[in-house]
Amino acid sequence: MSNPMIDLLNAKGTLLADGATGTNLFNMGLMSGDAPELWNTDEPGKIKTLYTGAVEAGSDLFLTNSFGANASRLKLHGAEKRVRELSRVAAEIGRDVADTAGRRVIVAGSVGPTGDIMEPVGTLSHALAVEMFHETADGLKEGGADIGWLETISAPEEYRAAAEGFTLAGLAWCGTMSFDTAGRTMMGLTSADMVKMVEDLGDHAPLGFGANCGTGASDLLRTILGFAAQGAERPIIAKGNAGIPKYVDGHIHYDGTPELMADYAVMARACGARIIGGCCGTMPEHLRHMREALDTRTMDHPPSLEEIVDRLGAFSSAADGTEADAAPARRTSRRKRRAAG
Amino acid sequence: MSDEDDIILAELDDEELVQQMFDDLYDGLKEEIEEAVQILLERGWQPYDILTKALVGGMTIVGADFRDGILFVPEVLLAANAMKGGMAILKPLLVETGAPRVGKMVIGTVKGDIHDIGKNLVGMMMEGAGFEVVDLGINNPVESYMEALEKEQPEILGMSALLTTTMPYMKVVIDTMVEQGVRDNYIVLVGGAPLNEEFGKAIGADAYCRDAAVAVETAKEWVGRMHNRKSA
Repeated sequence: MSNPMIDLLNAKGTLLADGATGTNLFNMGLMSGDAPELWNTDEPGKIKTLYTGAVEAGSDLFLTNSFGANASRLKLHGAEKRVRELSRVAAEIGRDVADTAGRRVIVAGSVGPTGDIMEPVGTLSHALAVEMFHETADGLKEGGADIGWLETISAPEEYRAAAEGFTLAGLAWCGTMSFDTAGRTMMGLTSADMVKMVEDLGDHAPLGFGANCGTGASDLLRTILGFAAQGAERPIIAKGNAGIPKYVDGHIHYDGTPELMADYAVMARACGARIIGGCCGTMPEHLRHMREALDTRTMDHPPSLEEIVDRLGAFSSAADGTEADAAPARRTSRRKRRAAG
Repeated sequence: MSDEDDIILAELDDEELVQQMFDDLYDGLKEEIEEAVQILLERGWQPYDILTKALVGGMTIVGADFRDGILFVPEVLLAANAMKGGMAILKPLLVETGAPRVGKMVIGTVKGDIHDIGKNLVGMMMEGAGFEVVDLGINNPVESYMEALEKEQPEILGMSALLTTTMPYMKVVIDTMVEQGVRDNYIVLVGGAPLNEEFGKAIGADAYCRDAAVAVETAKEWVGRMHNRKSA
C-alpha cells in the first residue's frame, strides 16, 4: 500500500519530523489552560506560523494542531461538537503550508489521548474510545492529512482503540507512546511490550511506531534501543523532549540546547530510528540544528547506554524493564503461591 | 477459583489475617478485603486499628512497590479500589468512634487538563494513609480552588497537571493565594508527569511530588511540621 510518507521515507532514508506544539503556541500568546485547538479557527494565522516554523527549519513532516481534538477533551471547553471541524481545519491549514513549501512535506494529523482510563480499570469503553478516535481521524482525512499520527499514549488498550478508529476512517497512521515511568509507559508497558503489541494489531497495524515526550532525550534513546533489540522492521519514530521543563520569567523553558538536540538526532538514527523529531521544548532553532546534523554527520554504531549518558545526560531510572533480570519481582501472594502449588 | 477457596479468611488468626489482607490488597481483591474487615470488626478490633494496621499497612507496601517501579498504575488502581471497599465499611464507624484525624487535603487537576489518573492515585493513597480527601475533579479554574479552600479549611492543597499547556496554571492559583493573603495558611503540593522539583519551587509550591507514594510521605512530613509549629 502506497502512502506519501512511506514514499518520502524510502526516497530520503530518514525523515526529520517537527518539534513542540504547545511550547511554540505559548510563545505566541496561548494562555495556560486554554484549548490550543480553538486557535485553528480563532487564530489560523498563528497556526500557519507554527507549521511554517517547522517547515522552514527543514522538517520533512509536521504534526497538525489537533492533539486534544477529541470529544472527551474538547468537552472541557464546551467544544465537543466541534471535533470534526477543528480536526479538519487543523489539517487544511497544514495542507496549505505543505503544498506551498516547494518540496515534499508530509502533513501528519496529530491525535492525542482521550485523557480517560479505559475499562476494566477505568470507565471508558473500547467502543466509545474507537468512536472518538474515528471522529477525529475522519476530520483529519477530510482536511487532507497524509497520515494520522497518534502520540503520547500510555495504555495499550487506548492504542488498540485508536488503531481501529484510523482503520474505520481509512486513514493510514503512525503511533507513538510516552515512556515516562521508570522507562515504561505510565501503565507499565516496556519498549519490548510495545513492539509485540504493534505486531499483534495485524490489519490495523501502523506504518510506523515509536516513542514521544516522556522524560528527556536520554531516556527516549534507551527506549529506541529497546525497540530495535526486538528486531522491529516497521519504521521507528523518535520524538524526544528538549531536556526538562523549567519555569523562567513566567514561561516554561526546556533546558535542552539546539546542540544537544543535534547530537540526539544523530544518535537516534544510529539507534535505529528513521523518523526523528522533538517534542516539548523543541523550537525551530533546535530543528535547524537537527536538520544540519542529520544531513552532515553520521554515527557508525548504535550508541551504548554509557555514550548516551555522556552526550545527553543521565537516565531518569536505572532500568527500563527490558533487562534479562528485570527489576525486583513483585511480591508473590499466598493465594498465588497456593494456586501454583 | 477452587485454588482460592483454599484460604478461609475466618479460620486465620489475627496476625495471619492481617498478612493475608496485605496480600489481597496487593492483588486488588476487593471482596476479600471487605470480608476481612468485617471479620476483624466481629473480633472486636477498633475501626482505627483496622484502618492503620491492616489497610494503611497494606497500601504502604503497594506504594513502595509503585515508587520502585515494580507495580504500575493499573495494579495500584485495583489495590486502591479494594482498599476503598474496606474504607466504605470503616468510614461511618471511624466518625462514630471519634478516631484521630491525620489531616485534610483538597485536590484537583487544573483548568484545561482532563487527566485525573495521577490525581486519583494521590487521592486514594492519601485516604489509604488516613487523610480526609476532598476531590475537586478535573478542569478546575482558580475560583474553584479558592472556594474549596475557604469552605473545607484543609491543611493541604494538591494540584495536578499533565500537559505542557496546563502546568503553568498552577502558578496562577498560587499567585492568587498570595494576592488574597492566604498562601501561608496551606501546604501546597504539586504533581504531574512533566513537572520536577525545580519547577515546583519556581512557581511557589511547597513541594513537588514525583508520584502518589511520595505525595503521602511529603504530606505527612509537612502536616507534622505544621502541627509542631502550631503547638509551639
